[in-house]
Amino acid sequence: MPFYAGIDVGSLSSDAVIIDQEGRMLGSAITETGAHSTQAAEKALDLALAQAGLSRGDLAFSVATGYGRVSVPMAQKTITEISCHGLGAHAIFPNTRTVIDIGGQDSKAISLDERGKVVDFVMNDKCAAGTGRFLEVMAGKLGLTLDDLGRLSLAAAGEVSISSVCTVFAESEVVSLVARNHPREQIVRGLHRAIVNRVAAMVGGLGVKEAVTMSGGVAKNAGVVALMAERLGINIQVPPEPQIVGALGAALLARRQAG
Amino acid sequence: MSLAGKARFQFMKDVGAPALFALNKSAARKKRRPRPANPDFGPPLACAGRLKEIMARHYYLARFAKGARPVAWVTSGAPVELLRAFGYYTIYPENHGALCGAQKMGPELCQAAEEQGFSPDLCSYARVDLGHFFSRKTPAGRLPRPDLLFCSNNICQTVVYWYKVLAHYLKVPLVMFDTPFHFEEFTEADLDYMARQIQEMIPELERHSGRRFDEAYFRSVTQLSRDTSLLWGQCLATMKARPAPMTIFDAFVHLAPVVSLRGLPVAQEYYKILLAELEERAAKGVGALRQEKKRLMWDNIAIWYKVRDFSNLFASRGMNFVVATYTNAWAETIQYLNLDDPFKSVAQTYGLVILNNNLEHRLQLMSQMVKDYAVDGLVLHSARSCKPYSVGQYDLKRLISQRLGIPAVVIEADITDYRMFSEEQAATRLEAFFEALEAA
Ligand SMILES: Nc1ncnc2c1ncn2[C@@H]1O[C@H](COP(=O)(O)OP(=O)(O)OP(=O)(O)O)[C@@H](O)[C@H]1O
Ligand code: SF4
Ligand SMILES: [Mg+2]
Repeated sequence: MPFYAGIDVGSLSSDAVIIDQEGRMLGSAITETGAHSTQAAEKALDLALAQAGLSRGDLAFSVATGYGRVSVPMAQKTITEISCHGLGAHAIFPNTRTVIDIGGQDSKAISLDERGKVVDFVMNDKCAAGTGRFLEVMAGKLGLTLDDLGRLSLAAAGEVSISSVCTVFAESEVVSLVARNHPREQIVRGLHRAIVNRVAAMVGGLGVKEAVTMSGGVAKNAGVVALMAERLGINIQVPPEPQIVGALGAALLARRQAG
Repeated sequence: MSLAGKARFQFMKDVGAPALFALNKSAARKKRRPRPANPDFGPPLACAGRLKEIMARHYYLARFAKGARPVAWVTSGAPVELLRAFGYYTIYPENHGALCGAQKMGPELCQAAEEQGFSPDLCSYARVDLGHFFSRKTPAGRLPRPDLLFCSNNICQTVVYWYKVLAHYLKVPLVMFDTPFHFEEFTEADLDYMARQIQEMIPELERHSGRRFDEAYFRSVTQLSRDTSLLWGQCLATMKARPAPMTIFDAFVHLAPVVSLRGLPVAQEYYKILLAELEERAAKGVGALRQEKKRLMWDNIAIWYKVRDFSNLFASRGMNFVVATYTNAWAETIQYLNLDDPFKSVAQTYGLVILNNNLEHRLQLMSQMVKDYAVDGLVLHSARSCKPYSVGQYDLKRLISQRLGIPAVVIEADITDYRMFSEEQAATRLEAFFEALEAA
């Protein structure tokens, strides 16, 4: 029985998914990309294979995606994250018409047809504003972990407004808010609001068609998801593990390539 | 104008330049190692060499023009026919900017302007020009200082302030042609307002150039300009053929004469040669690409430092740009130029250029082009420099791709300042666009 791998080498995380001929997910892994994308890709792949109880020799075809897709020698083909996130989201929630992927260094909105094919997309440009990296930098400034962010944001009684979405400016804004003893959770909520406003404007340009699915690491942040749903005035579905949606799409495309 | 200067210019024009270029040519022939032909492309255009020679000669002679002929710096959208009637030697800073951009000198020259306090948000054609002015660096050897600045705000408001700055530094007169924006339609008053400006410029230019206005000569120049632009339009129209006989990346280069030598016989002669070659290729089925799988449209000015890379990239996927709003701009409104009423028709011709026209017009124009040229996909360059060209592109993209059902992508970049270009981000967008096109 042939097996397929999808490997998503992003700016922050390298993720892998193994599927079988029926498209069932047998293993997955999330690792840090770090300074060596090839090593990170190998590590993610081997972890996912181990979980599936397989070895590289069992793979019939592999597809690499993400910014590091060209440095994955084990993959026979590269396909962009746009197509992969689209297909991955469609596989998990077939009703998906819009995908919002917020990763480490960029955010994108993808509109899909009923078969999961990309109709159109927009991406943020040349700037960390509106991305997971922005939240990481700010969490660092506030002495918080990524896991704290969502919880604190949801629990906040109020909200501080952050006027800048530029990572550099927002950082100094946060420093001065902390110095003036503003509650941390309110600052966190304000930061989430800033990111959501930025991404929502981008999604708006594409036109929001329901159902909307969020993917990428930031979808794990319940604070961002809640504010995004509020801002767009719709319900947002989040896969059980949003960070591997791109890798799943890549694995499905690997199966299609081989077939 | 000194007699000696005039004699020297005439000598260089008739004897010096031709001798030099003949010499260069034979030297180049000896030196040239045949570049391995890229298998994605069909045979190259034979007249490309002639084009190179014309443009090199133009910039070379410019060095001797000063003192022999009045020199004017002109914006791309200005009614140059009027200056031609007074014998001005014209330099187009925007064309020079494109040249600097293609030679990858954009950031260096932009920085030279930024060091003098000009904002990095200013159009990079302006920054390159001012940077060249401050640093004297140019790939063109040397540009003659202008005796006159001639600008029209039919392309943008930036040129008004840019040329005012030049006038301030160079202490030379600035003549400006002010065109009201074309929101819905031009009223009689609008047309009168524009035509009267042209008429009022005549005595000024007579005084400045020391030459009498000869209406018959003005008409003949206008005729020449019109014929040249019409020829350019015919050249572009040959790209309706499948496969198209040239790519838009070729056209970006072959555009230079109609922009900066329009109204001179040399430009017209050149396009006759080009048209004949293109028609022959089209008739014989010789394409710019060996295999033209998909046909694309380009919106906005070229990304000058990326023309070659993009040309190779798209060719490697069998994708050919067959039409662009940008190259079309020098053919689009010329039909309004009417010799029976030159002043008012100049107003129409230059008042209705794409950048002075509303977005609905652009939508109609682009939709029509998609149909006429059998376009499969649309690439929009959102140029950081050019706000009037880039505003509204996301709406255009959405409307065209929805209504006509073709994939479209926006590339954020700049015309010359490659600090504004992210290789990775552009590559991902383009690849996703290719995936959509190839799946279609
Ligand atoms: N447990 C978590 N809780 C909240 N946020 C998280 C969590 N884990 C990761 N993130 C967020 O996800 C981001 C990384 O997302 P992801 O792994 O999708 O990025 P990537 O694919 O490497 O980047 P890109 O797609 O931009 O190249 C981090 O910057 C962080 O903000
Ligand atoms: S590129 Fe745009 S902003 Fe710059 S001079 Fe040309 S029209 Fe004006
Ligand atoms: Mg990612």
